Formats: sequence, structure tokens, C-alpha cells
Amino acid sequence: MAAAVKRFFDSDLWWSFTRSPVTVLSAIVALVCILGALFAPWIAPHNPFDLASLNLIDAFKPPAWEEEGVAEYVLGTDDQGRDVLSAIMYGARVSLIVGISATLFATFVGVSLGLLAGYAGGHVDSVLMRICDVQLTFPSILVALLVDGITRAALPREVHDQIALFVVIFAIGISEWPKFARTVRGSTLVERNKEYVQAARVIGVPSARIMVSHVLPNVVGPVLVVATLNLGLAILSEATLSFLGVGVPPTQPSLGTLIRIGNDFLFSGEWWITIFPGIALIAMVLSVNLLGDWLRDALNPKLR
Amino acid sequence: MRKLLMAAALAAGLGAGWVGAEARTVRWAASGDPNTMDPHSQNVGTVTMVLQQIYDPLISRDQNLGLAPGLATRWEQVEPNRWRFWLRDGVKFHEGQAFTADDVVFTVVRAQQQTSNYAIYVDTIDRAVQVEPLVVDIITRVPDPILPNKIASILIMSRAWAEQHNATRPQNTRAREEMFTTRNTNGTGAFRLQSREPDVRTVMARNNDWWGWSQPASREANVTEIVYRPISSDATRIAALLSGEVDFVLDPPLQDLNRLRQAQGIRVVEGPEVRTIFIAMDVFRDELLYSDVRGRNPLKDLRVRQALYHAIDINAIHRTTMRGQSVVTGTFFPPQVNGYTQSEDVRLPYDQARARALLAEAGYPNGFEITLDCPNNRYINDEQICQAIVAMWARVGVRARLNSMPLAPFFAKIQRDDTSIYLLGWGVPTLDALYSFQSLLRSRDGGQGNGIWNYGRYSNPRMDALIDIMVNQSGEARNAAIREALRIYREDVPHIPLHHQMIPWAMRANLQIPHMANNQPYFRWARVN
Repeated sequence: MAAAVKRFFDSDLWWSFTRSPVTVLSAIVALVCILGALFAPWIAPHNPFDLASLNLIDAFKPPAWEEEGVAEYVLGTDDQGRDVLSAIMYGARVSLIVGISATLFATFVGVSLGLLAGYAGGHVDSVLMRICDVQLTFPSILVALLVDGITRAALPREVHDQIALFVVIFAIGISEWPKFARTVRGSTLVERNKEYVQAARVIGVPSARIMVSHVLPNVVGPVLVVATLNLGLAILSEATLSFLGVGVPPTQPSLGTLIRIGNDFLFSGEWWITIFPGIALIAMVLSVNLLGDWLRDALNPKLR
Repeated sequence: MRKLLMAAALAAGLGAGWVGAEARTVRWAASGDPNTMDPHSQNVGTVTMVLQQIYDPLISRDQNLGLAPGLATRWEQVEPNRWRFWLRDGVKFHEGQAFTADDVVFTVVRAQQQTSNYAIYVDTIDRAVQVEPLVVDIITRVPDPILPNKIASILIMSRAWAEQHNATRPQNTRAREEMFTTRNTNGTGAFRLQSREPDVRTVMARNNDWWGWSQPASREANVTEIVYRPISSDATRIAALLSGEVDFVLDPPLQDLNRLRQAQGIRVVEGPEVRTIFIAMDVFRDELLYSDVRGRNPLKDLRVRQALYHAIDINAIHRTTMRGQSVVTGTFFPPQVNGYTQSEDVRLPYDQARARALLAEAGYPNGFEITLDCPNNRYINDEQICQAIVAMWARVGVRARLNSMPLAPFFAKIQRDDTSIYLLGWGVPTLDALYSFQSLLRSRDGGQGNGIWNYGRYSNPRMDALIDIMVNQSGEARNAAIREALRIYREDVPHIPLHHQMIPWAMRANLQIPHMANNQPYFRWARVN
């Protein structure tokens, strides 16, 4: 273990990381976001879901540094007296859960199909890639809206509310998989003709095993980059869906939901209800994207 | 080439003609869309605000909500049980049918059908009979002194048209039925329906043949087209008004009023509405539908209802959620309504300790679970009021789940009695207390209009008896019945009253339209400068 840690700090990756202040900064921001979201129930100043703790008297308090602000609510309160900072922390939790799960789902589907297409070739490849092509012609948010709309129409309201989170994860995941499949297929096409694969085939290793234990480890680098960049996109997609009111159920407000609710008060001077969740969303997505950019460059031998 | 020149000349000629009769379009927005175009299917303000532009009643309202001649030029109680109406000559429906007494007879029968939501207005009517082609008698089962007030809410349809399109009974909205009248209209009114896309756009065009354009109130009116668009998002609706995309917003969000008052070229007109917002409860079922209490219905226990009442900090809602734009009340119709009694307009005070004690006394020391049904685009800040109330109940231990939805599914749900507790707003078009009592509190015994909006199924024999007195008697006996019924309402807590609505309207400064306490814009009186 110690050796592994030492190897990591000796690696090119760490070296290029420490040489890029922007990357270090975004890593810190991303870490703050993730930790804040992860530990929200313990470190958030209030619990916005505990209705008994809400008081209408505290509604529309501006941020602490404004004239009528109070220290108890650092970023102010919304129309029901919920603490905006706590709501953001809990909301970021939902956004991150959806973003990460959707990306993992897309990665799983995309990598499996990409490997299959690249390794099997022929008709399998043609069919899978044409499906990819068709899906890539639709904007991914449209695919997500379509999936969400169909499940909404097909399921009764009570059932839908209960599984809404999974529907959103599925909707976003299914709209993003072609990117992964494309990337993996390309790398697999290169790898499958290399000698180690041919050798494995000659000694009779089953195709599935070759794909998973020989080809996969060698195509995982680009997948990591796509996944990181995609995480930011998935979080944004979720926020968009929730902003349109079709994402996560209102009982589990994500950042997008918070922005939508706050949007109604934008004209009336209660700007903090929507601006702060917006800033949190930007910080989260931007930092993840910058990390993804750095990872792409760091893993690209041509740029070293 | 000659053809082209001719076409150009023609176009120029047409253009000149249009300048003469200048098109004045009013683009109008509100949060919700009417859930039907059938005139007798949904007694809901969102529906009538559109349909009253298209259809006429026998008796109209003037700008102070007084009675004024409509399709009837005069009316008279010729016998205690018989009202006679003399109809306007030469009136035509939009599709060309001549208006006659037979259409009135047909409409009254239609409004009395099982699927009608307007039975409350025709409850005392035995039948309507044609005396002459333009004279019709309405015969009531009991003497009904307020019949003209009720008949003013019944929009007149054409018998020939309804029969032709299989629409002789109102659409059953409750069962989500769709029929010809869901999307089509044929009235005698000042505007005709030009196109309708539900939830998107409803366009009405001026009916130049309307009988009323020569009347004093409409002489200056010049609107030629109304484009109604539902915009549910508060911010979007106001952005549309500020950017000039719409001219008139019926329900501007309260938080934006200050900004609107200061905006250039925007006018805000304010006034009270004859509408009360309250929470009604299922006091009928032996087990609530959406609750964790098994085998009994906590809302049947007066103490629980009182506890839920005591838990509501109405002043906080008035100040914060309504931003001062409401009149807090302890009863269920406002002072403009005949029968209003100041001494009965008393709330149970906000008292959390008392609420907790009452709950414990009733056997729910740890509270219980319940689901509050709430519309989110019908009344002013309806969803926010519900959110605030859910939080207030949580503080005394009642765990309410908020189920908020747009008005169409909301009304369909409560009209199927598929609810435990719900928020409702009740306007009083007749300006008489009976309308509220009979619709909301009378036992549902199959009588026309009885308990037609009583989805909590409150039933009290004494209340029923008092309501029957209000129907059958007049003078001091009737007033005494109203007073006693109001006291029973206060003691029985079938509802938790909240407030009367204030209704600001926001519009471009060049639009003039009288502000109405029934929250209905009448574009026949509107002028665009």
C-alpha cells in the first residue's frame, strides 16, 4: 500500500498535477463541493427537510453581510424560511448522486457495447455504431426529456415519485452512453490486432475473457477522461431537467430545483435564493471539467 | 406582370382598409389554463374568465357586479314561483343560429344534468317554458328571491348546435371525458373563439354583430382580438409583461408588485376579490385515504380539526407569503356577500401549545401522517401557502405530505372525492351567502346543487335545515338562519378558513379595463389607447 502511494507521488500524473495551479485550485473546489455534499447531514447549519424547524418569520432573510441579514443564515433564507446554504449542501448531494450514478451507468453501458463492437466487428459493430450515430443526432437533453416523459406517462404518479431519482439517472445515463462506446470501440480496434491479444486468442482464451482482462485495462485511460468530462455534463443535465420541473421530485430538491424556485424571486430583489445555488452549480461543474481537461492532457503522451 | 400589379394594388387596398378598422390585440396571461370550454362543466374562475367573453347569460353583471340586462332585456317575478324573462330580439349565435326562448329552455335543462357543475345556480328551478318565441318563464319549486343572481352565472347555449354535436349534457370532467364542447364554443357573446390549443394559446376575435356594442359601457371599447396564454412560472409571466410580450397579467406574483408599480408603462390596479381561501377536510370516511392512521379518521374528531386550525400562524402567512395582500378571516365569505356577519368572523387563535394539547387529548400525542392536496396555479401563491401550512403543522407533530399539482388534475382529483384534506378558494358570484353554504356545507342528498363542492362530505342535520330555510324563506327568518349557520360553521370547523384574496391586476398603461371583484376581466369594456 505504502509502495503504491509512493508510486503515485512519483508518477508523471502527480508531477503534472503539481505543475498546474488551475488544476490544484479546481481539485480543491471540487473536493470542497464533494465533502460538503457528502457530509451535509452532519455539517450543514440547518436541516431544510425538517419541516418542524422551519419558521415563516425567518423567510426572505438576506445573506448575513446585507443590512437585514442575520449570522444564523449565512447565505440568507428562501420563501419558506429555509437556510439557503443548507439547501445548497443538501441539493448538491442530490446533484452529485445523480451525476455520478448516471455517469457510472453510461460508462458501464458504453464500455460494454464499445468493447463488443470493437472486438467482434462485422455486423455487430455496424448495428451498434449505427444506433450510436442515430442517438448522437439528438441532443442528449432531448433524449433525457423523452425518457422522463415516457415513464411519467406510463407510471402512476405515486410510483413515479418514488422511483423518480432512478428515472433521472437512467434518462441521463442512456443519453450519454454513445460517447463512451465510440471512445472504447476506437481503442479496442487498435488493441485487438496487437500481439498480446493474438497470443491470447491462439492459446484459446475465450473472447469474453480477452475483452475484459486483456483489452479493457488498455483502453481504460481515455474512458477515465471521458467519464470525468461527462460527470460535469451529467450534473448540468440533471440541473436542466430539474429546472424544467421534470427531474428529481420536489421533496428532494437538487441545485436545479433550487434555481427554479429562486427564479420566481429574481425580479423582486430576493436574488440570493437563486444566485447562490447557481454559483454552487457553476463551481462544481467548472472544477470537474477543468480536472477532466487536465487528465486528458496528462494522459496524452504526445503533449508531454 | 399585370397579375402581379393587380395583386399589389389589392394588397395596398386591403392594407388601407385595415388601418381604418385598426386591429387592437390584447395579449393576456395568467398562470393556469381553463380545463374545458364547456359552459356547464366546471364552475371554476379560470374557465369562466374565458367563457364569459364568448357566451352571454340572460342577466349580465355591471361593473359593480350589479345585475344588468343580458340576453334578457327585462325580467319580473310574475308569481311567487314564476319568473318571466323578455328576451332580446335579433340576437344570433356565432355560427348563425337565431337566439330564441327554446335555447333558454334547453340551457336550463342542460345545467341540471348529472354531469353539470352549475346545478347550484338552477337548484330551485322546476322547469323553463317558452311562452312566446322571445318570452320565457322559469318556474321554481319554491319562491326564489335570488334567482336573477343565480341565473346571471348560467351561460346560454344554442339547442340546435348542441344537438348537432352530441353535447346536450355537460362534459364529465371528473371522468376526464372529452367531447365536442371541450374545445369548441358557439355563444352569442362579444368575442368568438378563433383557435384553442389547451395549455398553449386561446385566441378570441371580436364579434362585430354582438348586441351590446352600442351600450354605454362598451361604446368606447375597441379590442378586436384577445390572445390568452397560460404562463405558470411567476418570473416568466412578469418578464413577459415587462418586455412587452403580453399586455395584461391577471395574477401578477405578489413579490413583484413593488417592482411593477415602479416600472415605466405598467399599471397595477388593486382591489379585494369576493373569494375566500380555506382548507377543507374529509369528515366522512371512516379511514382516511392518504394517512398512516388505520381504522379511524382523525379529522372526524373536532379536537383534531381545532388543533390543525390552532397550529396555523395566519399572520405570518399574511405578512410573508401574501406580502400583506390578503384579508385574514375566520369565516368563509367576505363582507361584500349578503349574510356576512362581523361577529361570526372570528378565528381560533394561533396557539401551538393548545394544538398539541388537543391532539394529545384526541389520542394523537405523536401526531399522524396526512396528505394535503393543493393546486399550484389556481389561487394567489396557493402552493406557497400550502408549503407554509405543512411546516406549521409539522411543528405540532402532524406530518403532512404536500401533493401540489396544476388545476386540471387537482380539480379532477377532489371532484372524485379522492382526497383527505385540500386547499380551496371559493368565490361568490351570486353575492349571497346561500351559494356558499349550499355548495360547500349542505349534505349531498342528490338535490340540485346540494353539497356540489362539499368534497369533505361535511353533514350536519341542523346545518341542512338552516340551508333549507335560506332557500325557502326570506326576510328576518332567512337572516337569522344565516347567522346561526355561520355560528355552527365556526364551532364545527368543517373548514380552516385562511383569508379573502386581494387581486392586483397588472397591465400596460395604455390598456383600460375595469377592475372587477369577481376577478373576471370583461374585454367588452376594455379600451386600448
